[in-house]
Amino acid sequence: MLIFINDYLIHGIVIGSIYALGAVGVSLVFGNLRFANFAHGSLMTIGAYFALAIMHNTGLPIMLALPLAMVLTGLLCVGLDKAFIRPFRASATIIPLIASFGLALMIQSAVQMIWGPGMHAYFPGQITRPVEIIEGLRVSPRHMWMVAAALLFMLALHLLLTRTKIGKAMRAMADNAELARLTGIDTERVIVATWLIAGALACAAGVMLGLDTQLRPMMGFELLLPIFAAAIVGGIGQPYGAMAGGLLIGIAQELVSYSWLGTGPLISPSYKEGVAFAIMVLVLLIRPSGIFRGRVYS
Amino acid sequence: MNASPRILELENVSGGYGDTDIIHNIDLYVEPGEIVVIIGPNGAGKSTAIKAVFGLLQLSSGRISLAGKDITNAPTAQVVRMGVCYVPQVANVFPTLTVEENLEMGAFARTDDFHPRLNEVYTLLPPLKQKRRQPAGTLSGGQRQMVAIGKALMLDPQILLLDEPTAGLSPKFQSEILEIVKQVNRAGTPVLMVEQNAKQSLKIADRGYVFVDGRKRTEDSGPRLLANAEIAEMFLGG
Repeated sequence: MLIFINDYLIHGIVIGSIYALGAVGVSLVFGNLRFANFAHGSLMTIGAYFALAIMHNTGLPIMLALPLAMVLTGLLCVGLDKAFIRPFRASATIIPLIASFGLALMIQSAVQMIWGPGMHAYFPGQITRPVEIIEGLRVSPRHMWMVAAALLFMLALHLLLTRTKIGKAMRAMADNAELARLTGIDTERVIVATWLIAGALACAAGVMLGLDTQLRPMMGFELLLPIFAAAIVGGIGQPYGAMAGGLLIGIAQELVSYSWLGTGPLISPSYKEGVAFAIMVLVLLIRPSGIFRGRVYS
Repeated sequence: MNASPRILELENVSGGYGDTDIIHNIDLYVEPGEIVVIIGPNGAGKSTAIKAVFGLLQLSSGRISLAGKDITNAPTAQVVRMGVCYVPQVANVFPTLTVEENLEMGAFARTDDFHPRLNEVYTLLPPLKQKRRQPAGTLSGGQRQMVAIGKALMLDPQILLLDEPTAGLSPKFQSEILEIVKQVNRAGTPVLMVEQNAKQSLKIADRGYVFVDGRKRTEDSGPRLLANAEIAEMFLGG
């Protein structure tokens, strides 16, 4: 039982938190701009490298480098939107989607040109040992910090969406963008806020991913598909659904390789990615609008 | 000279969504304090005329002015800030937002504290206060219409434009909504509305316009249109 928790469940929660942070951003952008942002994974990557650069150049601890990198990534998103997405605001949604795919490649190449194709680590050569919390239950302090930070960001997002004027306007625009315009909501301002938040959360997800493993130019792009699956499972356009979907898929991916029957893993870890999509298909079969009733396009 | 300029005036307005015009040479005005109704068969361009005011239409000719100021082809955001609020016929509330959040969004363009106005709207539409924490999407059709009207009132508009506020409602709610329109108007807001329910809406209207095929067929006071035999035969069910 303890092996199950230590080696599978905890890692599932960690990876689920990373998915959740990424999926919330995908969901917010989809809700307010109506396109699937293929650059989201690459935004996670560059956010992770921003934090790395800040730490290595200024010597700031990661606790301070992270918020700075989040702001930087958010601002980068606003700039990229102005240059590459905004010109297509009135176009069919396939156009910004393709533009975002181009952005993904551009960002990834930029990361490779600046930081090289190799791997980097925030704390090279340093291994964190799990500490025993209660007898037999061991958790790495790094993982505890990561999950705590993810919870904190989710709480902050919840307060923003329910307590602030711009947050409520974001929800209103996700409900009905045309009505938001007719109501006198400044939709361009809402879009700027959406990018700032989506970028900041993408950066947080990227930094956590880098802390969990290491930094590579492809790190975020490889997570794009499970993150999309998480956003869809939760109900696309619903930030709370994306949080739930991220956790669900992250945990399920880890748990399927536990030795549920016999001694070997139930499903080989190489098929982890497939699990995300199996869950997505199952959920959509039972509930086509996702767990939290997002949009359905027929 | 007019002592008080007309709140809204359309002069010789033609326009549509593409190359073909849907409304032709429309002249229409709303005086301070009035309720004005546009009636006519389906496809007569009634809603199109309202959308023209709101900058949602391409005009091929004509002039639109608000309290004497030219707003022809002004962008929607500017028309809202100048005090024109529009309630579309369907999908006119944010379903996942609570009633109060919907009203707050109606006040988005305000730069001052919206709470005094929120209390005024609650006084005018008491059921909204009761339901203020409920998501608007869970309300009945009539209540949703009330939220939509309340949301439009949050900017304390110079004029309220309503697109078929009673469409799809049961007869009981239809009279209730028209009664609300009357109260809103008594509280000082001029109203221009498009209505399918010609008979009932003319009863509360100061004046009415009859549109046919994108053109203005007749205009007269509410009571006289109600008494007009030809109009009665056309729309009022005999």
